[in-house]
Amino acid sequence: MTALTTRAASVPLTGWIGMALIALNLFLFLFGPMLAPYGQEEIVGVPFDVPQPGHPLGFDQNGRDMLSRLLYGARTSIGISLAAVCLSFAIGVPLGILAAIRGGWMDLVLSRLVDTVMSIPVLISALVVLQALGSSLPVLIVTIACLDSTRVFRLARLVAQGINVMEYAEVARLRGEGLIWMIRREILPNVMPPLVAEFGMRFCFTFLFVAGLSFLGLGVQPPFADWGGMVRDNQQGILYGLYAPLFPAAAIALVTIGVNLTVDWMLSGRTTVQGDNR
Amino acid sequence: MLTLIAKRAVLGVFTLWLVSVLVFAGTEILPGDVAGAILGQSATPESLARLRAELGLDVPALQRYAEWLTGFVQGDMGRSMASGQPVADLLWPRFWNTMALAAYAGAIAVPLAVGLGITAAALRGGIFDRVSNVAALAFVSLPEYFLGLLLVLWLSVKTGWLPSLADTYDGMGLAAWFRATTLPMLVLVMVTTAQILRMTRTTVLGVMDQPYVETAFLKGLRNGRVVLRHATPNAAAPIVNVVSFNIAYLITGVVLVEAVFNYNGLGRFMVDAVSRRDLPLVQAAAMIFGGVYVFLNMVADIAAIALNPRLRHPRGKEA
Repeated sequence: MTALTTRAASVPLTGWIGMALIALNLFLFLFGPMLAPYGQEEIVGVPFDVPQPGHPLGFDQNGRDMLSRLLYGARTSIGISLAAVCLSFAIGVPLGILAAIRGGWMDLVLSRLVDTVMSIPVLISALVVLQALGSSLPVLIVTIACLDSTRVFRLARLVAQGINVMEYAEVARLRGEGLIWMIRREILPNVMPPLVAEFGMRFCFTFLFVAGLSFLGLGVQPPFADWGGMVRDNQQGILYGLYAPLFPAAAIALVTIGVNLTVDWMLSGRTTVQGDNR
Repeated sequence: MLTLIAKRAVLGVFTLWLVSVLVFAGTEILPGDVAGAILGQSATPESLARLRAELGLDVPALQRYAEWLTGFVQGDMGRSMASGQPVADLLWPRFWNTMALAAYAGAIAVPLAVGLGITAAALRGGIFDRVSNVAALAFVSLPEYFLGLLLVLWLSVKTGWLPSLADTYDGMGLAAWFRATTLPMLVLVMVTTAQILRMTRTTVLGVMDQPYVETAFLKGLRNGRVVLRHATPNAAAPIVNVVSFNIAYLITGVVLVEAVFNYNGLGRFMVDAVSRRDLPLVQAAAMIFGGVYVFLNMVADIAAIALNPRLRHPRGKEA
C-alpha cells in the first residue's frame, strides 16, 4: 500500500493528464452514443452552420449535429482499434512465446514470415488487402490485427527468450514442468510489464492507423460515424475558415496524446530509476 | 566488410522478391473477386467469365505471377483496368513527385532533428530538453491531417500566405513549386523531426551511460566535448538507422499528407487505385513503395556496417 501511495505521489503532471485523457475516452467509448442529443444520421440543421445553443459544435457537411456524431464516433473509432489490438495480441503473444520456448523450425518459419511481412510498410500491405477484399468492419479489424501481430510477435519472442534462459525457468524445466506451466507460471508473469507498455503504444498506432484509413476513405464506411471519416467529410470546411474538421481531428489527437503521455511516463519512470540506482 | 555489404545487398534483393510474392498473393489469391467488383450489380455468369478471360484471370495464378514478375522487371507494369493506359506512364511521374516532396522535407528535417536530439541529450534534464521532449511528444501524437488542417487554417485561409492545395503541374517554375509544396513539407518536417529527435536523444543517452563516457567526464572533459567527441560517433550507426527508419516513414506518411493537400503523388494515386479496385495499379504502386522501403533499410544497414569500427576492422573470426 505504501509503495502504491509513493508511486502515486511521484506521477508527474503529464502522467496525470495522460491518464485523465484515457479515462475520459474510455467513458466516451462506453457511454458516448447514450449521451448524444441527436442521432448520428439525423439532419437537424443547415450544412456547416456555426455553433449555436443546443449545438455547441455546430453542424457537419450534411447539417447533422457535430457533437452527436463525435459521441457516436467515439464508440466506432475506439472500438475498432481496441478490437484490432486485442486480436493482434491474442495472435502475437502466444505465437511469440511458443516460438521462444520451442525454438527449432517453428521459430525459424514464423520469424522469417514476420520479417517478410514487416519489410513492407503497414499502410501499403493494408491497402493491398483492402483492394482485394473491399472495406468492411470485420475485414478492417482482422487485417490490421494480422499486420500488427507481427510487431507483437517480435517483442513477445524477444522478451520470452530472455526469460526462458533465466535460472528459475531452467529449474522449472528440470522439475519436469510442461509447456502450459512454463507459459502460465514462468513466462507470462514476467513478460507482462513490457507487453502492457507495448499494448498502449500499439493501441495508439492502430488508432491513428484506423483513423488514417478512414480519412483516406478506405476505412469505416458510412453510415457509421467515425472520427477519421468525419475529418475527411468536413475537410472542405477549412477552406471557408470553419473549424468543423478540426473537432474530430482534435478528438483523435487527444486520444493519442493521452496514451503517449501515459506510456512515456511508465517507460521513463522505469529507466530513470534504473539509471539512478547504478 | 565488403563481403558483409555484399551479403546484405543479396539479402535485399531476396527480400524484394519476397515482397513481390506477398504483393501478388495479397492482390490475387485473397478471395476477393475483381471481375465481380468491376461488374457489380450487373454481373451475369457469362459476363463474369468473359471479363475474367479478358483480364487474364482464368490462367493459373503461378503462371500469371511469372508473367507479371518478368514484365515488371523489364519495366512493363501492365495496363490500368479502368483506363487501359500503361501503368508505367501513369505511375512514374507521380513517383517522382512524391520523391521530390519527401526529399524536400527530409533535407530539412534530418539535420534539424539530429542536431536538436544531440543537443537535448547533452542538456539532459534541462529546460531545453524538457521543452523539446514535450513538444516532440505532442507532434508525434498528432495525426498528419490535424497538423495539415491547422496549417491550412492559419497560413493559408486566415493569412493568405501560402496556397491551401499543393497544385503542381509540368513546367511550373521552381519558385512556384516550392511555394505550392511548402505546407505539406512543413507537416512532414514536424512529424519526422519529432520522431527522429526522440529516438536520437534516447540513442545518445544510451551511449552516455557507458563506462568510457564516465571516464571521459572523470578526466575533467567538458560536457559538450564528451557528447560530441565521445558519445556521438558511437551513436552514429544507430542514428543512421533511426534516420532511415523515419525516411521510410516519410515515404508512407506522405500518403496521408498528399490526401490533405491533394498533391499529385504516388500515395494519392495508390489510394485512388484501391478505391477503384484497379488491380495492376495497386500492384505496381505497392511494389514501388515496398521497393523503396527495402532499399532504404538496406542502405541503413550498410551504412551501419560502414560506420561501425569493429566491423570495419574485424579481429579474426569473432567479428
